[in-house]
Amino acid sequence: MTERIGVYVCHCGTNIAGVVDVVEVSKWAGEKLAANGVVISRDYKFMCSSLGQELIQKDIQELGLTRVVVAACSPHLHEATFRNACKQAGLNPYLCELVSIREQDSWVHTDKVAATEKAKAIIAGGVARVAHHEALEPLRVPIHPDTLVVGGGIAGIQAALEVADAGFHVYLVEREPSIGGHMAQFDKTFPTLDCSACILTPKMVQVGSHPNITLLTWSEVTKVDGYVGNFVVTINKKARYIKTEDCTGCGICWEKCPWKVVDEVFEAGLGNRKAVYTPFPQAVPKYPVIDAPNCAYFLKGTCKACEKFCPTGAIDFNQKDETISVPVGNIILATGYDLFDAKRIPQYGYGRFDNVYTNLEFERLCNAAGPTSGNIVLRDGKTVPKTVGIVHCVGSRDENYNIYCSSICCMQSLKFAHLVHERTGAEVYNFYIDMRTPSKGYEEFYRRLLDEGTHFVRGKVAEISDFARLPEEEGKLIVQVEDTLIGKQRRIPVDMVILSAGMQPRHDAKEVGKLFGIACSADGWYIERHPKLDPVATMTEGVFIAGCVQGPKDIPASVAQGAGAAARVLGKIQQKEISLEPVRASVDEQKCSGCRICNDLCPFGAILFHEDRMVSEVNPALCQGCGTCVAACPAGAMSGTVFSNEQILSQIEGLLLLTVNGKKAEAVTA
Amino acid sequence: MTDQFEPTVIGFTCNWCSYRAADTAGTARMKYAPNIRLIRLMCSGRLDPTFVFKAFADGADGVLISGCHPGDCHYVEQNFKALRRFILMKRVLVQMGVEPGRLKLLWASAAEGAMFAAEINKFVEEIRKLGPLNWGKDEGGRMKDEISSFITHPSSFGEEVPA
Repeated sequence: MTERIGVYVCHCGTNIAGVVDVVEVSKWAGEKLAANGVVISRDYKFMCSSLGQELIQKDIQELGLTRVVVAACSPHLHEATFRNACKQAGLNPYLCELVSIREQDSWVHTDKVAATEKAKAIIAGGVARVAHHEALEPLRVPIHPDTLVVGGGIAGIQAALEVADAGFHVYLVEREPSIGGHMAQFDKTFPTLDCSACILTPKMVQVGSHPNITLLTWSEVTKVDGYVGNFVVTINKKARYIKTEDCTGCGICWEKCPWKVVDEVFEAGLGNRKAVYTPFPQAVPKYPVIDAPNCAYFLKGTCKACEKFCPTGAIDFNQKDETISVPVGNIILATGYDLFDAKRIPQYGYGRFDNVYTNLEFERLCNAAGPTSGNIVLRDGKTVPKTVGIVHCVGSRDENYNIYCSSICCMQSLKFAHLVHERTGAEVYNFYIDMRTPSKGYEEFYRRLLDEGTHFVRGKVAEISDFARLPEEEGKLIVQVEDTLIGKQRRIPVDMVILSAGMQPRHDAKEVGKLFGIACSADGWYIERHPKLDPVATMTEGVFIAGCVQGPKDIPASVAQGAGAAARVLGKIQQKEISLEPVRASVDEQKCSGCRICNDLCPFGAILFHEDRMVSEVNPALCQGCGTCVAACPAGAMSGTVFSNEQILSQIEGLLLLTVNGKKAEAVTA
Repeated sequence: MTDQFEPTVIGFTCNWCSYRAADTAGTARMKYAPNIRLIRLMCSGRLDPTFVFKAFADGADGVLISGCHPGDCHYVEQNFKALRRFILMKRVLVQMGVEPGRLKLLWASAAEGAMFAAEINKFVEEIRKLGPLNWGKDEGGRMKDEISSFITHPSSFGEEVPA
């Protein structure tokens, strides 16, 4: 054995040492694996600390180590740390192997003896494997300076503006006809009671006129190819039936359009729009779209009122969907959330009782630009409610629907209570489970509401019904609730109920995630790279997330994430090139029989076949390193770096050196 | 540790989903049997059948292959190649006199730590029931029954393939 291997066992405080006898493991590796090339084995409290790293570096220099095995946490956490440490000490970083005895051992096992034996086996596997490591250099590829932002809500807007302001080009793709997202639908924002539109629309206008932003509304991403720094994104621009170069946004077309359609998206079903429309007056871009499935011309073949009256001749019924593809280096996903469907809780009567509203409906109801011009009235359009009940946690913190807290509903419900009180003087009841007001200025807002005389009833609402038992309940909605503070069942008659429905992942979050190569958590929100330390990056390099796609959050948090994701992207762009893991396949032409089995296995078309020499060749720029061709080559001509056959086969041998009981395993003699 | 048979299981995981499922299980401190030892590959498609046979030859009593759910593969569709090889390997194992139940395929996403832990426990118990791997040493004719049932109902193995 010519390699000189150092083994470093981390205590990770008590994270590992609490279950695995690290001193024993380190001693064992030093003695029993000496035959495998181990010349030094040490344990240390925190290997990832600078002192721990220096320990390794000192040994590399003084003992002339040629390989390093660190037994600590998951390579997804600290592989880069230890590779860097080796690099600084003059050892090629790819000659270092990090094996996990924390996530895969101490944290998941309780039997200390078995866990210790398993740690030994894992280290034996690492030692056997590392002997076959090769010195490698990371692949360097240029980063395209353009960025794709998907979703034009406040998080996407913020991200796009940050990147564009820094001088780099951004493609902002939005599915709806206008950017603005949910925030454009709100009336006021908590706790400051700023007018939502007043603070949002200036940003929207900035996006619309920014020289570095290509705004693609009424468009969807259909395909993503490539990898970090070099994505090619295919975008479907749905037919608007409007020549945007001629349209002035004057609005004559939607004035003249005779077809009214219930606006399920922007007005949450409370108001109407025309078949040619912009969702709201301050829409960006100002151009309308024609809703073909609801347009008289597309349905019946006649009408064309908009075309007749358009002063600039901007209507074009022959427009077709257009597909464009753009190269980008980085992607930010800010596709937001869907509202929990309150109809899923039938006992709350949404959809059955006219005066049960969702939170989004209420936002439109009290919005000055909404269907009632901001007058809070019942569904009949004129009666002002005298009592209003606001139900928190609808579909959230409920085992039957979503287990998580939607985080914004308490504050939103307090805001509603304030607005109802201010505008109608009605008596307001808030039905809550726990009051959650954790951010700056939120608790103060709650206290203000307490002073305003809003009633707070602690308890989960059991039922909302119109079945009157008492004369004063006649014609009212009765909220049946257990008031857990007085320990009594109460029936509270109200005129109007607002359900604070929670947030849900977009209905198509899973498919969209698949498109961009990122995964959803069990709840359906996109998984961040690290929940604490890397909340805007994902496991896929070059794809970032911002806002509610990552989990429920309020406007300040969404803005912060949008800006955070933009900062990460700018950091990448400024590097100009990026290093990729040198995990690649290659062909030994001497061994290749030209069978071409590998050619069809590669999903990236990275394997070319040379007809003249009858051999295959791997294009390292296209190869992604999955290794399927390596596994399939019948001639053994294909090999893969970092995960070579020798490395894996030796690791298997090492892992099976000991049985679960710690005895030496008997190799089967065939 | 008691004297009862403790099987050794080798688990192959892919870098993107199933290894991260193991990490998720770890971070959430979900307990499972210490009998399994994991190997990280970039993709379940990297799994050369030789690895599986090598593991059995070197003393493993069971082998777990895990990858991303169909359609979720980081490399588009390479987990389907693992699925094909899995079915083939089961057939070969039978011919070698190894109970095909010693080889398991599991799709696991990065979020499915709890499921991953539960499936490992289940698999270790299944292997414990099968006993130590004894190539050719057929105790009680169990192997014969398995093989004959495989020959008469080859499709019954198809049902074990998680869709």
